[in-house]
Amino acid sequence: MAAQRTNYKIKDSAGDKLFLFIIYIILVLVLVAVLYPLIYIVSSSLSSPAAVTSGKVWLWPVDFSLEGFKVLFQNKQVVSGYGNSIFYTGAGTLISVVLTIMIAYPLSRKTFFGRNALMMLITFTLLFSGGLIPTYMVVKEVGLIDSRWALLIPNAIWVWQVIIARSFFQSSIPDELFEASEMDGCSDLRFLRSIVVPLSMPIIAVLVLMYAVGQWNAYFDALIYLKTADKFPLQLILRSIIIQNNSAAGLNDAMKQVERQQLAELLKYSLIVVATLPVLVIYPFVQRYFVQGMMVGSVKG
Amino acid sequence: MRKHWQLYMIVVPPLLFFLIFKYYPMLNTVLAFKDYNVIKGIWGSPWVGMKNFNLFFDNPMFWPLVKNTLLISGYLLLAGFPIPILLALMLNEVRSGRFKKVVQMVSFAPYFISTVVMVSIIMLFLSPRLGFVNIAMNAIGLDSVNFLGEPGMFRSIYVWSDIWQTAGYSAVIYLAAIAGIDPTLYEAAKVDGASRFQKILHVDLPGILPTIMIVLILNVGSVMAIGFEKIYLLQNPLNLVNSEIIATYVYSVGLLNANYSFATAVGLFNSVINLILLTSVNGLAKRFSNTSIW
Repeated sequence: MAAQRTNYKIKDSAGDKLFLFIIYIILVLVLVAVLYPLIYIVSSSLSSPAAVTSGKVWLWPVDFSLEGFKVLFQNKQVVSGYGNSIFYTGAGTLISVVLTIMIAYPLSRKTFFGRNALMMLITFTLLFSGGLIPTYMVVKEVGLIDSRWALLIPNAIWVWQVIIARSFFQSSIPDELFEASEMDGCSDLRFLRSIVVPLSMPIIAVLVLMYAVGQWNAYFDALIYLKTADKFPLQLILRSIIIQNNSAAGLNDAMKQVERQQLAELLKYSLIVVATLPVLVIYPFVQRYFVQGMMVGSVKG
Repeated sequence: MRKHWQLYMIVVPPLLFFLIFKYYPMLNTVLAFKDYNVIKGIWGSPWVGMKNFNLFFDNPMFWPLVKNTLLISGYLLLAGFPIPILLALMLNEVRSGRFKKVVQMVSFAPYFISTVVMVSIIMLFLSPRLGFVNIAMNAIGLDSVNFLGEPGMFRSIYVWSDIWQTAGYSAVIYLAAIAGIDPTLYEAAKVDGASRFQKILHVDLPGILPTIMIVLILNVGSVMAIGFEKIYLLQNPLNLVNSEIIATYVYSVGLLNANYSFATAVGLFNSVINLILLTSVNGLAKRFSNTSIW
C-alpha cells in the first residue's frame, strides 16, 4: 500500500499538483467555516459581559470571566431543565435501546414466522404517517399529555435504528452458533442475553449514542405534550431564553439596566455552550461508532 | 413456532408501540373527513366528506403554503445535495491521513448540535444590533441588515445553515461508497495515464452513482416533509410570508387554534403528496438506473 502511494506521488503531473492544491485550499476554508462560529461562541461565553455586547470578541476570550456560567447555575429554570434533560436522556435511551433490540433480533432470525410481514409493517411507517394532529390525539387518549412519559414512549423506536440493528444481527451472528446452543437446550431469551448482546456491543453502542443524542437535543415533543414548566427539558428553556428572548430569571433586579442587558446577552452564549458541551465532549471518542453505524445502515438489509 | 415462543413474546411490546403510536394515528386521519366535536369524540363526530379539503384548497393560504414548502425544499435539494458529494470526493484525494481525519471530524461535529441551539446561533450571529455578522459588516463600512426580518433572506438562511450543519455528516455515506470501489479500477486508470480529475470523473463518480441515486430518491421523496422544527423556530411575523410552510401551518391551526379536523386534512394532504412523490421517484429511478429503495 505504502509503495503504491509513493508511486502515485512521483506520477503526479503539474496539473495534478495544482488540482490537489486547490482541493487543499477549499478544505481548509471548509474547516475554518465550520470551526470559526464554534470557537466564537465558546470565546464569547468566557468573556466579560461588556466585551460581548461591544463586539470586542473576535477569536479568543476578551477580559476572561466565568460570570455567565456562574449566573447560569444559580438560575432555577436552567438547573431544573438540565436535570430533566439528564433524566429524559437516560430513561429514554434505555427504553429505546431495549425495545429496538426486542424487535430487531427476532426480525433477524430467518426462522421467525411473519418476519417479512412485520418488516413491511414497520418500514411502511417511514413512508406514511398519520401526521401531527392524529398522533397528538392518540397521546391525549392514552393520557400522556403533560406526563414525563410523553417524551419517552411515543417516539421510542426509530425505524432506521431497527434496520441497522437487524442487519448487524443478521451479518454477525452466525446461524451455526444458534443451532449449536439450541442443541444444548439454550432458550431464545438466554441466547439473546448471553450471546447476541455481548457479541453486538458495537451496534448497541451506536444505538445508545443515536438515541441519547436524539433525546438530549429534542424539543418538539416537549413543546406539544408538556404544559408544566418544571418538567421542561433544557432545550425548551433554551428556546424561551434565547429565541423568545425572555430574560433569564436570576438576573439581579438591582443591577443597572445596561449591566443587565449585557449579562443577558452573555448568558445566551454560556447557555449554548452548556447545552452542547455534553454531546461535543463525548463526540471525538464515539465518532467512529457513528461512522460504523452509518456504514452498517447503508448495507442493504 | 412453539419452540420459539419466547421470540414471539418479546416482539409484543415493540409491536404494540407501532400499532398504538404509528397505526392508530393513521386511523385517526378520518378526522379529516369529519367535523370534530370534543364531546362526541372522533368516531361520533359527523361526516362532512371533502369539506375540510375544499376549505383548504379555496383558502388564500393554499398556494403560498405550497409555494413556500416547495421553494425551501427545492433550494435545499439543489444546494444541499451536491455539496456532500463534492466534499467526499475532495476528502478522498487528500493524502495526509491526519488532515483528512481532522476535516472529517470537524465537519461532522455540527450534526450533533440541536435544532434549538442551531437556531439560537443563527439568531445571535444575525442579530441586527449585536450580531457578529452585522458588526463585521459595519467594520467594513456596510449598513446593518435585519437578516431574519427580511423575507427575501429567509430561504438562504435556512438552507445554508442546514448545509453548514449536515454536509460533513452526509459526506460520510459517500466516503464509505468510495472506499468500496474496486482498487483495480484505479490501477487501470493509472496505467491509462488518467489525471486526478479524470480519475474522479471516470472511476469515483460512476462507482458511487448507486449511492447518489438512493440518497437522491430519499431527498426528492421528502420534499414535502421538510423539517418543521427548525423553520418554526426561525419564524417571526416579519418573515412569515416566506417562512410559513404546510407543517408549521398545521401546527398553528391545529394545536394552537384547536381546529383539529381542518389541520388533519391539511396534514393528510401533505402526507399523501409525499407518498406519491416518493413512489414515483423510486419508480423512475428503477426504470432508468436500476437502483431503487425497494
